[in-house]
Amino acid sequence: MLLSALLFIPLLGGLLVAFFPKERTREIKSFALIVSLIPLALVLAVWRQLDFSLPGIQLLERAEWIPSLGITYQLGVDGISFPLIAVAAVVLPLAILASFNIEHRVKEFFVWMLVLQTGIYGVFLALDYFLFFIFFEVSLVPMYFIIGIWGGERREYAAMKFFIYTLVGSAIMLVGILALYFGSGLEPRTFDVLVLAEQANLSPTLQWWVFLAFFAGFAVKVPIFPFHTWLPDAHVEAPTGGSMILAGVLLKMGTYGFFRFMLPTFPDAAKAFSPVLATLGIIGIVYGALAAMAQKDVKKMVAYSSVSHMGYVVLGLAAMTPMALNGAMFVNVSHGLISPLFFFMVGNVIYERTGTRMMDQMGGVFSSAPLVGAVTAFTAFANLGLPGLAGFPGEFFTFAGAFPVFTAFVIIGALGLAVTAGYHLWMMQRVLMGQPVALAVQKDLVGREVLVAAPLMALVLLLGVLPGIALNLFNEPLAVLAARLGGM
Amino acid sequence: MVELAWLIPLLPLVAAVVIAFLGKRLPGQGDRIGIAAISMAFVLSVGVLVGVMNGGTAAGSVTWAIHGDLVLRMGWEVGGIGAVMLVVVTLVSLMVHVFSLEYMKGDVRYQRYYGVLSLFTFSMLGLVLADNLLLLFIFWELVGLCSFLLIGHWYEDLDNVRAANKAFLTTRVGDVGMFIGIMLLFSQAGSFRFDEIAAAVAAGDVAGWALAAGAILLFAGAVGKSAQFPLHVWLPDAMAGPTPASALIHAATMVAAGVYLVARAFGIFEPSDAAMSVVAWIGAITALFAATIGVVMEDIKRVLAYSTISQLGFMVAALGVGGYTAAMFHLMTHAFFKALLFLASGSVIHATGTQNMHEMGGLFKKLPITGWTWLIGAGALIGIPPLSGFFSKEEILIDAYAANPAIFWVLVAAAALTAFYTTRATYLTFFGAPRDRAAYEKAHEGGMVMTYPLIILGALAAVTGFLAGPFADLVYYGHPHRAEFNTFVFGVATVVWVAGVLLALAIYKFNLVSRRRLIQAFYPIWMLLKRRYYIDDLYNLVFVRGTIGLAMVMAWIDRTIVDGIVNGVAWATRKLSGFIGEFDLGVVDGAVNGIAGAFVVGSRLFRRVQTGLFQSYALVLFLGLVAGLVILVIGG
Repeated sequence: MLLSALLFIPLLGGLLVAFFPKERTREIKSFALIVSLIPLALVLAVWRQLDFSLPGIQLLERAEWIPSLGITYQLGVDGISFPLIAVAAVVLPLAILASFNIEHRVKEFFVWMLVLQTGIYGVFLALDYFLFFIFFEVSLVPMYFIIGIWGGERREYAAMKFFIYTLVGSAIMLVGILALYFGSGLEPRTFDVLVLAEQANLSPTLQWWVFLAFFAGFAVKVPIFPFHTWLPDAHVEAPTGGSMILAGVLLKMGTYGFFRFMLPTFPDAAKAFSPVLATLGIIGIVYGALAAMAQKDVKKMVAYSSVSHMGYVVLGLAAMTPMALNGAMFVNVSHGLISPLFFFMVGNVIYERTGTRMMDQMGGVFSSAPLVGAVTAFTAFANLGLPGLAGFPGEFFTFAGAFPVFTAFVIIGALGLAVTAGYHLWMMQRVLMGQPVALAVQKDLVGREVLVAAPLMALVLLLGVLPGIALNLFNEPLAVLAARLGGM
Repeated sequence: MVELAWLIPLLPLVAAVVIAFLGKRLPGQGDRIGIAAISMAFVLSVGVLVGVMNGGTAAGSVTWAIHGDLVLRMGWEVGGIGAVMLVVVTLVSLMVHVFSLEYMKGDVRYQRYYGVLSLFTFSMLGLVLADNLLLLFIFWELVGLCSFLLIGHWYEDLDNVRAANKAFLTTRVGDVGMFIGIMLLFSQAGSFRFDEIAAAVAAGDVAGWALAAGAILLFAGAVGKSAQFPLHVWLPDAMAGPTPASALIHAATMVAAGVYLVARAFGIFEPSDAAMSVVAWIGAITALFAATIGVVMEDIKRVLAYSTISQLGFMVAALGVGGYTAAMFHLMTHAFFKALLFLASGSVIHATGTQNMHEMGGLFKKLPITGWTWLIGAGALIGIPPLSGFFSKEEILIDAYAANPAIFWVLVAAAALTAFYTTRATYLTFFGAPRDRAAYEKAHEGGMVMTYPLIILGALAAVTGFLAGPFADLVYYGHPHRAEFNTFVFGVATVVWVAGVLLALAIYKFNLVSRRRLIQAFYPIWMLLKRRYYIDDLYNLVFVRGTIGLAMVMAWIDRTIVDGIVNGVAWATRKLSGFIGEFDLGVVDGAVNGIAGAFVVGSRLFRRVQTGLFQSYALVLFLGLVAGLVILVIGG
């Protein structure tokens, strides 16, 4: 019941918010925050019950749903989904807290934020393709409205682009799911993820096609170059709470798809495809970093840096060694903490105070608002992979793990590290240093903002110093996965 | 005592945290916490050194990460070289902490300054104790961060920020090489630990090419950190930071890290002749090249900066010719006399308010303590017996002479230039007639906290040379080795330093040759040196502008081509599915406005489609189902 409670409490909370009088905005905000904290408590309870030395699914909850079609309501967690659920449980309440300054159509906003949460938890918990696909789509709709209604100037374009792009991807994936369902050779037919991963017997040709169909769905979500152009638009236009969830959680649905579905179910196709995947990953790393460097809009810069960082995950997935998979998963977690913090600082704190996202109109934040400067600098250093903070271990393990497999790519990617340092330093020079300018940030961080930033900073530091805390969660299942993939 | 060595870095770390969070409420904004912590760390370090001299060693580690069956442990280890480094780092850091009490008094960010000093000391001490390449690299980057923070201390001035960025990025370029080197060595030896990699090398488990490549890539990191050619460009600009911080960065910490890395990983370097040649030649070239620039600098700190690069070149060259003990000995003596020279220059700058030596002159009378201690430091730098620098430089020259005469002669030339530029700087600053009367009149010696560190470092710069014997018994690779006195080397070294000093005096004191005539006669060379061989300009053009240009091109491609295709597909889909009319307008728009037009149309499309959102959703799903059946038939 624990997992079902975790899954549906936000939805229930959202429904309850719908009954609030819409002018009681303070109550709506507080209630939404409290509801979103319940899953965090449940995640801690789940943590206590899980045994991370076991590779398999635990806490399985299963009920027949549409038996005639082989559809079940099936939830479960393991070391692969748990860290992402935990990151979501931390980031989602903070995104709600960060959105307390929303003044326009407050009730609707928080309803969507809570509905979105159920969609997110559902994606990471569902172990039935039919159920999974529903949540995968459910998570799309609230975000469409969050961007489209509460976004910036070009919000409609960005929201539509995000929606249609993801939709086309997931429609192709749906084709793949159906092909897997019909082509698995299992009797009776089933949508059960675990059974299909273990027993599906697809012809090589079909495995290849289904793999590509899944790839279309998840590649858009990650996003993998060249399917990434919705991301800068969506991030820039989304309200800060939306950007935090997009970067911190939604992108991870894409990479999660590789870990949970694609590599275990289509190992042969995945291995055959891995050079292509590695190529796209390395292009994402370098290209994303260079594109980030060219941006004048600070939010866009952070958005492109996400493209670059997700490239590490893709590279690690392609390499398929235990260390590379661990590194990729670790980047999922660390980016899930760092990027929301970054979007919060540039979107909520700096943009709200200056009214501009253009870096050449900023300057001197360090002098006029030292805490804002310090937290932004901390975040930038975490994002550029400074050792001691959470950005480093994932990068390092991904590269070191991929080095024996894709040596040349890793060397190119390592050169990208210099570019990454470059654009972060340049950003700090333009935004934080120098004399305060006319549009300067005048007010330093206030209590609510400290409450958003502090937990993320603490976790970023903790995982940077002791990466084992996260690695121990997923080392075992990923080691098993790597072995299944032939221990490349 | 030795087994407590792990406490030594933790003390300044605790101080840094306390200063950061409580500094505002503490007396002196926490400066005393920093000094107390570093003092305790120094006392402990001395205890560890004594313990190690009596044959003690200690190590410890904790599990850090597990990948599959591979367990990565992070640990510390202290032996001869580590114990010496601990004492040198904590001692110089303590002197800098104390000196800064007065020098930085009233600074806008006094609290931050002391916090970063402590963090810097922590990082360097952690680097010294690390027992594996990965942990060393972690502290290595933290050292880089701290120097970034110190160089950019006065960040209101964007020139300082640029200097800080330049330091971080230039060293990062080297670090990329080091990073690749670590991965390469790990992939070959299966470990990050120095001893295990060295054992794998000794056992022949590491391929020859990989060993050479791995060592040279590691060395790239050292080239960045220790400001060796061609990554030396950051160091002179780093003088933008507060002068006592320069003493810390350029004497005992940041720049020493590169040399220390090569020494610590000597089991990887020494077996590879190719790597050793690269190390030796980079060091020798740097030693000479930086010394030539030091000759024409006018800023007292920049003279010291180029001198630092040059002296680091001596150490690196010594390592390259196998002179492990000589290099580390020079690292120690240099740490003392260069910290002294930086702090003395800080005293001069504090007294006069200028860094330009042409605005100084005659200050010896006004600043006797600074003057005398400077003379000791300068003498040590030139290598005048019996000051400390004489012994260590002599050892390097002897080892170079025995191993590779070409390297030896390059270093001799550098030594001659060292004598010249040091004498020049000394004379311009402290002797002759004051050239800025107002600055001269108000100049006076600082208080005790400034003079005592000078006196202590002066004493060390004078006498540590006599420790060569015990040092060689403690710090060695393989078996103890001490360079044998060589009359020829001694004779050559003496002739060149005397010549360098006399030439400088002839020009600057006795005016036997007019400086203006000299400049005119050698104008192209003078200009080349003044512009630092145009290397900074070249890098700016090729790397900085090149990278930014490439970034712009990528961003353009992303906006117009990659995203253009997306919008184009959306546009085409719209036409095909016949959602909307206005076909002609779309075509005209697209044709006329080109790519920008497609963008506009795309956005218009998205706006229109919104009205039919759920219909289109259903349509796409339906199309998906159809396509699925088709695939089933094909793949069936």
